[in-house]
Amino acid sequence: MDLILSFLIQAAQMAVVLALAPLLTGFVRKVKARLLRRQGASVIQPYRDLARLLRKEVVLAQNASWLFRVIPYLIFAATWVAAALVPTFAGGLLFSWTADLIAIIALLGSARFFLALAGMDVGTSFGGIGASREVMIASLAEPAMLLTVFALALVAGSTQLSTVAAVLATPEVGLRVSLAMALIALVMVALAENARIPVDNPATHLELTMVHEAMVLEYSGRHLAMIEFAASLKLLLYISLIACVFVPWGIAAPGSGLAGFALGATAYLAKLAVGGFLLAFFETSIAKMRVFRVPDFLGVALMLSLLGTLLLFASRSL
Amino acid sequence: MMQALMIHLPLVGVLLAAAILATAIARSASATPVVYGICAAASAIGLGAAVLSLTGGLSKEPLVLPLGLPWVGAHFRIDALAAFFLVVVNLGGTSASIYGLGYGRHEHAPHRVLPFFPAFLAGMNLVVMADDAFTFLLSWEFMSLASWALVLAHHREAANARAAYVYLLMAGFGTMALLLAFGLLAGPGGEYAFASIRAANRTPAIAALALVLMLVGAGSKAGLAPLHVWLPLAHPAAPSHVSALMSGVMTKVAIYGFIRVVFDLLGEPAWWSSVLLLALGGATAVLGILHALMETDLKRLLAYSTIENIGVIFAGLGLSLAFEANGMGWAAALALTAALFHVFNHSLFKSLLFFGAGAVLTATGQRDMDKLGGLIHRMPATSVAFLAGCVAISALPPFNGFVSEWMIFQAILQSPSLPGWGLKIMVPAVGGLLALAAALAAACFVRAFGVVFLGRPRSTVAEQAHEVDGFSVAAMAVLAALCLLAGILPGFVIDGLAPITQALVGGTMPSQTGDAWLSIVPIAEGRSSYNGLLVFAFIAISAWLAAFLVHRFASHELRRGPAWDCGFPEPSPATQYTGGSFAQPIRRVFGTLVFGARETVEMPPPGDMAPARHTVEMRDLVWDWLFAPIAGAVDFAAGYLNRLQFLTIRRYLSFVFLALVALLLVLALWT
Amino acid sequence: MNGLTFDIAHMLAGGLVLVSFMLLYQDRLYALLNVYALHALVLSLSVAWQAYVQDAPHLYVTAAIALVFKAGVIPIALHRIILRLGIHRDIETVVGIGMTMLAGIGLVALSMVVMLRVTPDADPLAREDLAFALSVLLLGLLVMVTRRNAIGQVVGFMALENGLVLAATGAKGMPLVVEISVAFSIVIAFVVIGIFLFRIRERFDTVDIAALDDFRGERR
Repeated sequence: MDLILSFLIQAAQMAVVLALAPLLTGFVRKVKARLLRRQGASVIQPYRDLARLLRKEVVLAQNASWLFRVIPYLIFAATWVAAALVPTFAGGLLFSWTADLIAIIALLGSARFFLALAGMDVGTSFGGIGASREVMIASLAEPAMLLTVFALALVAGSTQLSTVAAVLATPEVGLRVSLAMALIALVMVALAENARIPVDNPATHLELTMVHEAMVLEYSGRHLAMIEFAASLKLLLYISLIACVFVPWGIAAPGSGLAGFALGATAYLAKLAVGGFLLAFFETSIAKMRVFRVPDFLGVALMLSLLGTLLLFASRSL
Repeated sequence: MMQALMIHLPLVGVLLAAAILATAIARSASATPVVYGICAAASAIGLGAAVLSLTGGLSKEPLVLPLGLPWVGAHFRIDALAAFFLVVVNLGGTSASIYGLGYGRHEHAPHRVLPFFPAFLAGMNLVVMADDAFTFLLSWEFMSLASWALVLAHHREAANARAAYVYLLMAGFGTMALLLAFGLLAGPGGEYAFASIRAANRTPAIAALALVLMLVGAGSKAGLAPLHVWLPLAHPAAPSHVSALMSGVMTKVAIYGFIRVVFDLLGEPAWWSSVLLLALGGATAVLGILHALMETDLKRLLAYSTIENIGVIFAGLGLSLAFEANGMGWAAALALTAALFHVFNHSLFKSLLFFGAGAVLTATGQRDMDKLGGLIHRMPATSVAFLAGCVAISALPPFNGFVSEWMIFQAILQSPSLPGWGLKIMVPAVGGLLALAAALAAACFVRAFGVVFLGRPRSTVAEQAHEVDGFSVAAMAVLAALCLLAGILPGFVIDGLAPITQALVGGTMPSQTGDAWLSIVPIAEGRSSYNGLLVFAFIAISAWLAAFLVHRFASHELRRGPAWDCGFPEPSPATQYTGGSFAQPIRRVFGTLVFGARETVEMPPPGDMAPARHTVEMRDLVWDWLFAPIAGAVDFAAGYLNRLQFLTIRRYLSFVFLALVALLLVLALWT
Repeated sequence: MNGLTFDIAHMLAGGLVLVSFMLLYQDRLYALLNVYALHALVLSLSVAWQAYVQDAPHLYVTAAIALVFKAGVIPIALHRIILRLGIHRDIETVVGIGMTMLAGIGLVALSMVVMLRVTPDADPLAREDLAFALSVLLLGLLVMVTRRNAIGQVVGFMALENGLVLAATGAKGMPLVVEISVAFSIVIAFVVIGIFLFRIRERFDTVDIAALDDFRGERR
């Protein structure tokens, strides 16, 4: 019975992240538009975009290889698997032991690895510029992220995401300056990884500073749909991750009744809404930085996460 | 039960015989298949035997042969550690020999390669089996000289001659350090057998000195910074399958030497040794991979990436020492298993990548990345195998590189249990360095694969490339499959390593193969676990499902058209990103700090028709600061001593006389 | 000890370290002064919290001094000086920001190791306070040595002094007299350095201290 229930939760989670990801993207866009006193597209516009892209034929560059056609599905799959392992509304996912926090980061790293390769495949200058900048950003963001994970794991004594969430929800953890630093670092990394505004602009095409959009320039039709979907999933994943680690309250414990799940789902939706709103607010209130300021930005994230790990030793326990 | 040495020693004999045979028939056409065939068969049998002895299928009695020093003899023994390294050596040997069956056909000077290849394999086998200092050093030197001869195979290229010269110097220096280390260990009684070294008591100072000497000797062979400068010169200079052996296997034999002495012979480790290893390992990893990122020669890039991996392995060993010194056997076992697992993984994917580079070299005659491109269309099998190697070395799931990195991170997360404050704080910082190295490695191999195999060809040779022969492809395919297998079924490898950790650090990781779904659990279920099999299955299923559903219900139409490129498609392949331009953002971040990079732009004045120039100057700071002064000093001393060649006989005699008197005086004052 | 009490003290002291890093990161003069004001503000909060925790009213005075002088008067005065002198608003650093940050992290690690090792059985609050205070002090010194600009050095010096105050309040029962003298010393130092700045400026037409080296015949 327990097994069936946890299997159901796992399946529900996989469906939920898939269903909610475009909505979140649409919501963030809507809030941004409203903050700029624009009407903005409907929040369900991303669904329509995806459906339209899926129906269209693919126009493939002449010298695109087989790898170029496989990569969208790989990226989508890796991101989806990663997103399915982050507790959203309920803990105790059936497969949570498959991959811990480090493995989730590495899964996203795999997705990025292939995306950068896709940027190089057609052999255009835009693809190359995107890929080279993406790996530069990743080479700083990934260690920052891992050090943040170290800080969390050293507090929680585990890299298992559900355990970390459970430990951080207990009052014994208290206020810790390291956790505050880890949070800031994680937010900075999340902004960079999701190609959000001070680092990259998700709304541009044809601008030399673009990173993510430059890599996917040659994609069209269903391939582009998969990549856009994966990007939405990744945004959802990061907001869920931050919510589940730093705001772990409301996540339904394994074995709690229907009311617990309803509460968990409501809390999760509220967290997503708040996260999306904060993101939109932050993006509208700050300017995009030059691409060679990005290493400084991420260097600060790296430094904060390292400092957070060091300062752990000056806290109450540990 | 059969004795393991009874299989391995005759195999070494076969290899040596093959070397002699190769000298005799080197110039005949059949020499290449015969020699590589013998090597492949011998290594394959050796591999099977080593796997058997690791799993306990063969007995491990030591053996003394009446060779070498008369009062010592030659001791041989195969314990679990040696058996594991025999697996690594013979796996690399088998794949390199199979690859050589095809690759060797294009060799224009087979008589310079064939005799030394089996000898090199024999040397590496002997080092691992040696059980006394004399045999060990002799085999080590034999291995070094054989590989040196292979580096010199294409001696007409000036760069190779220099590489071989630097290699010879460093190998000599390393062996000298080892000689001193063993001299210290053997003590005044000259107890050369490992058994008596292990039993001897020695003062902490002697042990410390031996450890440092060992670090210098084995570290210089393995490519530990700052003694790594010879490696990116020498490894790429050899023929590609030999490069694979040198990078993938010989560096591991060096690590074997280090583990044998430090973990086995020296006894209780001192805590400071772990600090040294952690710092050196972390620094080596980052330095190596940054150099690799800047390199445009494909084989040198791979050699630099070897340095990175050696750094990772040494950091793992350092962690293990730290835990062992503080009596945490289980954590020490985790770190040591992670390091050994990485040894195994690196031998797989580095051999694979060098084979791929060799295939590219055969097909195009080019090692310069900026002259290649688009090979995925013309060399489909090679590109798949190379891609697998790139994913594996970038530590991405579900391949094997990720598993060992993951285990090292898990070991790092045990650091709060260490008692000393310095280590407690240092270990996570080293973890940060390793994370940085891993992320940079992914960048480096995106660059390597993207520039060489993707995009459009940048030269006519790349345009006209063809897939390589069946043997080469088979060797690469087997290694790629092993990379994936070790990544999705790591539990079997970890359990195979358990006897080693039990013997060396007195602890083991929990048994893995019994876990549900074959996931790996380094310490306890609630702490951390990873399941490569399921991750692989999930990705495969969901990717397939997504593709199936999209094609079934949405659209599957496809039209080929010219590239879009924002509406500015430029026909010339020269507009693509090259290796240099791809690395430029990262060079701007780390360049000044690590390479002392300087960029200058020469912009001609308006109206002038001269081209604008952008030059980048990068220096190897280790070379500038450490080796150049030493070389200068040696040069100076040599110039000074040169005068001694032109003295009269009377002066020479007086020198000898004075030396004799001085020695006698010392003797008189000493006692 | 109550968990929350410790947590808040810990957050404030840790925040001071963080603000010290912000000082290191700044390369504009006004921003540097604003961050310094923030530094002093966090310090005064931290001291006030210590006063509440230790039930030591005299520490409130220290907090007030920090708030009024360091977070208010001194930054404003320095703003004016910059305006009057018309100093160039970019700060030249001696080495790159990245290196400075790394060095800063190294210093924090060092102070952790030193302080946590020598005080194994002290009260945990005092222990972490001391560790943080030593970090702030060292970071202040680092700010001083990595800035070419005299104003940057003044700010570094005052940040260093904030670290001293943090250490003093962490160790229980430091008499008020000492604190007042420390506060006065900083004011005096500020005045002296202010005058000194004008003198350099009059004489060499710059506040880059490299000019002094040139004057002494030392060339970089």
